Order: sequence, then C-alpha cells, then structure tokens
Amino acid sequence: MAKSPVLTENSAVYQTGFQKFCTVFVKNWQLHLMILLPFAYLLLFHYAPMYGLQIAFRHYSPKGGITNSDWVGFGQFADFFSYYLWGNLIWNTLALSLYQILAGFPIPVVLALVIHVNTYKGLKKVAQNVSYIPHFISVVIMVGILNTVLNPISGMLGAYSRLTGTDYMSDIRGSNTAFRHLYVWSGIWQTAGWSTIIYVSALSAVPDELHEAAKLDGASRLRRVWSVDLPTIMPTVAIMLIMRFGSVMSVGYQKAYLMQNSANLQVSEIISTYVYKKGLAANNLSYGSAVGLMNSVVNTTMVVVVNWITNRLTDNEMGLF
Amino acid sequence: MFKKKNSTKINESFGDRVFNIITSILLILIIIIVGYPCLFVVSCSFSSAQALQAGRVILWPVEFSLDAYEFILDFKQVWIGYRNSIFYTALGTVIGMIMRILAAYPLSRKSFQGRNIYMKLFYFTTLFGAGLIPSFILHVKLGMYDTIWPTVLAACISVSDIIILRTAFASSIPGDLFDAAKIDGANDFQCLLKIALPLAKAILSVLVLYCIVAHWNEYFTSMIYIKSVKLQPLQLILRPIMTAASASISTGDMSSGSQQLAQQGLDGVRYGLIVISTVPALLAYFCVQKYFKGGVMVGSVKG
Repeated sequence: MAKSPVLTENSAVYQTGFQKFCTVFVKNWQLHLMILLPFAYLLLFHYAPMYGLQIAFRHYSPKGGITNSDWVGFGQFADFFSYYLWGNLIWNTLALSLYQILAGFPIPVVLALVIHVNTYKGLKKVAQNVSYIPHFISVVIMVGILNTVLNPISGMLGAYSRLTGTDYMSDIRGSNTAFRHLYVWSGIWQTAGWSTIIYVSALSAVPDELHEAAKLDGASRLRRVWSVDLPTIMPTVAIMLIMRFGSVMSVGYQKAYLMQNSANLQVSEIISTYVYKKGLAANNLSYGSAVGLMNSVVNTTMVVVVNWITNRLTDNEMGLF
Repeated sequence: MFKKKNSTKINESFGDRVFNIITSILLILIIIIVGYPCLFVVSCSFSSAQALQAGRVILWPVEFSLDAYEFILDFKQVWIGYRNSIFYTALGTVIGMIMRILAAYPLSRKSFQGRNIYMKLFYFTTLFGAGLIPSFILHVKLGMYDTIWPTVLAACISVSDIIILRTAFASSIPGDLFDAAKIDGANDFQCLLKIALPLAKAILSVLVLYCIVAHWNEYFTSMIYIKSVKLQPLQLILRPIMTAASASISTGDMSSGSQQLAQQGLDGVRYGLIVISTVPALLAYFCVQKYFKGGVMVGSVKG
C-alpha cells in the first residue's frame, strides 16, 4: 500500500518524459520526415559498413558471412606487419601525402592573394577562369594527358629531346624518382586554381574599413596583404588545413592506381591501392578490411591531433570542433 | 613636414604600382602554365597524325584535320559510355540534390529539436569511414553488384555540401519569413518549396555543378562494381586507352618501330578523346559560372 504511490509517481515521471519526447517529435514531425531519407541512406551506406568492419578481426568466409566467420582477433593486422614491405607501403603513403600538402597547400593561398590584390579586372578574370579548367579533367584523363605528354617519342618530352638534339631520353613515366613529383605537381596544376575560390571569397569579405585605416597609417599594399588580408583569412586556411590532414592517409588513390606500372611500383604502391589489390582483386576481404581499418584510424587520429594543436595554438578559436 | 609626407605618399604608390606589376606578371605566368597544356591538347586533337608524329605541333593545330574525331565517331564503345555517363550523371545529380536538400533544410531550422544529434551523426562519417571492403560487401549483399546503382548513388550524400547548403539556408533566409509563413498556415514542406529553395538558387546551382562534375568524372566506384561492358560509363571505357602506355612501360626502351607507329596512331585519338570527354563538365561550369562571382562561398566551411 505504501509502495503503490511511489510506483505511480515513477510511472508518471516516465510518462511525462516520454510524452515530452513525443510532443517534441510530433511538433517537428515534418522535419523528421524530410530528413528520414538522407538519414536512412547514411545509416545504410555509412554506418552499416562500420558494423561490417568486424570482418577485419575475423577470417571472412562466404559461408560464415560477417558475423559467423572464425574470429582471429588481431591476426590480420599481424599478417600485415609481417609483410616485408609494410613499412615501405606506409612510407610511400605518407611521403606522397605530406609532399602534396607541403607543396600544394600554400600555393592556392598565395594565388588567391595575388588575384585579390591585382587591380586589372580583365586579367584577373581570365587568370581565374583559365586556372579553373583543369579542375574539370577527370583522373583517368589526367593520367592519359601525363602519359601522352610525357611520351619520350611523341610527347612534349620527345619534341624537346629532338629540339635539343638528344637522341634518347629515358621514359620518365616508369621512373621511380619522378613518380612523386609527377603525381604532386600534376595535382597542383589541376586543383590550385579551383582551390582559390574559397580563399578569394573569404578575402572579398575583408571589411573595407580595415584597408582604409591601414592606408591612412601609411601601409603599402604588400604590408596590407600581410597585416590585413592574411589574418582575416587565417580561420579559413586553418579549417582547410585540418580537413586536408584528415585525408593524409587516403591520398588520391585513384590517380596513384592509374599511374602505377611495373617499373614505378616500388614508390607508387600506397596503402589504398594495396587494400584494393589484396582485398578485392585478390579476394582477401578480411585482410583488406584490416589494412583499410588501420588506414582510417590513422586518418581520424590525424584530424583529432591537428585540430587539437590548432585549438591549442589559437586559444580554441580556429579549430574545427 | 608637409613636403616629406607628400613624397612618401608618392613613394608608396610607386611601390604599390611595382607590386601590381609583379602580381600581373604572376597572373600571366599562371595563364601560360595552366592554359598552354590545355591549348596544346586541343591543338593536337585537330592536327594531322604526321604533324603529331614529327612533333610539329607547338601551339596551334598543324595541318588541320578531323581524322581523330572521325575515328572517334566510329568508336561505338565510346558512345555507349557517353550515353551511360550522361544517364548516370543526370539520375545521380537529381537523387543527390534531393538528398542534400532534404538533409540540409531540417538541419538549418533552429526550431528543429534533435538537429544536433543528426548533425553529429552526419559529421562523424567525415571523420571515420569503414573503408572500401565493408561497403563492397554491403553493396554485394544488397544485390547492387554489376548494376548501375553503386555508381548512381556514389556521391549521394556529401556532408560538406550539406553543411554548405545548411549554412546558406540558415544565414541567407531570415527566420521571420518562416514564422510569417507558419502563421499563414504553411507547413514545412511548403516553406521549403516556396521560400527556402527559390531564395537559395545561387548556392543550389553551385552544388548542382559539384554533383555533375563528381558524377561525370567518377571512375573508381564503376570500376569496382560494373562488370558488364554495356553498363560502363565513359571514364571506365577511356581508362585502357588512356593508360595503355603505363602498362607497356618496362624500363624505358620504347624505340621499336612498330610500337612507335601504334603509339602515333593512338595519340591523335587520345587527344580527341580528352577533348570530348572534358567538354561536358566544362559546359556545366560555364552554365553556372555567374554564381561563382562574389561571396557565394563565404562562410561555407565553418558550419
């Protein structure tokens, strides 16, 4: 008899909580309905594979499937680290990616500043539009252009060697030393112009009053770039850099895969291409998942670490989260 | 005192002028570095095989000829790929844009309780992904192997696009407008269709372009999932033609005559293919080019 009021009180609390949830849900039911479709897609195609990731700790067999194949723990990871080229793979991935960031990241920022400060509108417009063109070239075509242009006989290189009278030029496309440079600089050629868009629009948001004030103080244009323009776009730059580091281990594998040939494999084999070849092409699904998982974990760690450093350096002002 | 001030002012503007000239030179360099290879490719595609072979094409077409394009016209496989790519791009863009809008609109409404949970779940997928193989198994389990669906749905959701669109909805459309509409009895679907979409036309056009370019140039997903030749998109068909040389390179000795000849014949066609496969994406850009002016992208990164 003494207990029942407590019970009813409890259920009453539960009821109101639930009812509250219901009313909140019902109030916004149309918005929930709208987001249902993309959210279902997200759950199915992004979160369900995360559940499937457990095969990285199993020995996948078609019969056992995702949940019933033999559990091997970290066996697949151990296999990877006993592969004699594992260090080489990781180094190739990091080297390619860091080279790409170091060489490729500052260029669009500088380019955007150059576009912003130049006063010839026509020239600016032409330069912007021309520099956007390569962005629309697909990876397949880009590699095709590289192959054709760098052909030692019929390409630009061939023309150059005939022009200078050197008869024979070794094929740069199969060269170990040239692979990274070709990869990175063709990438810069392709994306630098397009990447300026975000910075140019950030620059156009710099308030005129700042420039006016700096001018009154006698600052030259160069000085104003340094002290007015650059600081205002720093948040955008920081965010772009953090996002860039988030994909450090997933450098454009499509391009690396397409540029691969038997002669440059020693430097062009990166983790993602290895995952594709071992996991899908050679049908070793568990092994491929394990190497892929390792790759994702490094990526995620990178974002978190770089974000933390950015927050630290800027008093929590410029981090992404 | 006055004189001194005046002279420094002249000095400054002189310095600024020099600065302007330097940046102009840089811009001209950019135009040359980026523009020249593009022009070279186009010129090569319109040059005769002999001129190509002799390396006589420097800037403009030499011995103008349409041989390469005539050859491509008879290249059935390429046109099947072209048709497939157009279809995948159109369908994928329509589905992709619907998904982006349906996700971005609720996420932009401050009155939407629960939007933070949704946002976090969306955002998390950009930080961590399951990787290639688990999603491959999923697609196979769903019966999507060797169908058009993995390709069509490849870029169905892009979290960065959703953030851009959400920010545009939230910042460019005053909340009062929705309140007024609500008082007049409009529901959220009507608000989206009648208020939000028309006001976000510029950013929507930009996102449509992103979608089109992503689908048109998509290659890896199709390579993994599409095996039937008649379903292959253009990029997949172009791949063996474009990378033929990569496969045949051994250590650099390419001087045997027959190989050379095959190479020359192929080169002209290659240049032609490069042109015809890039033109649609460029056309899409020029259609929405005007929206790239000004601050369409301002504030779009930080959500």
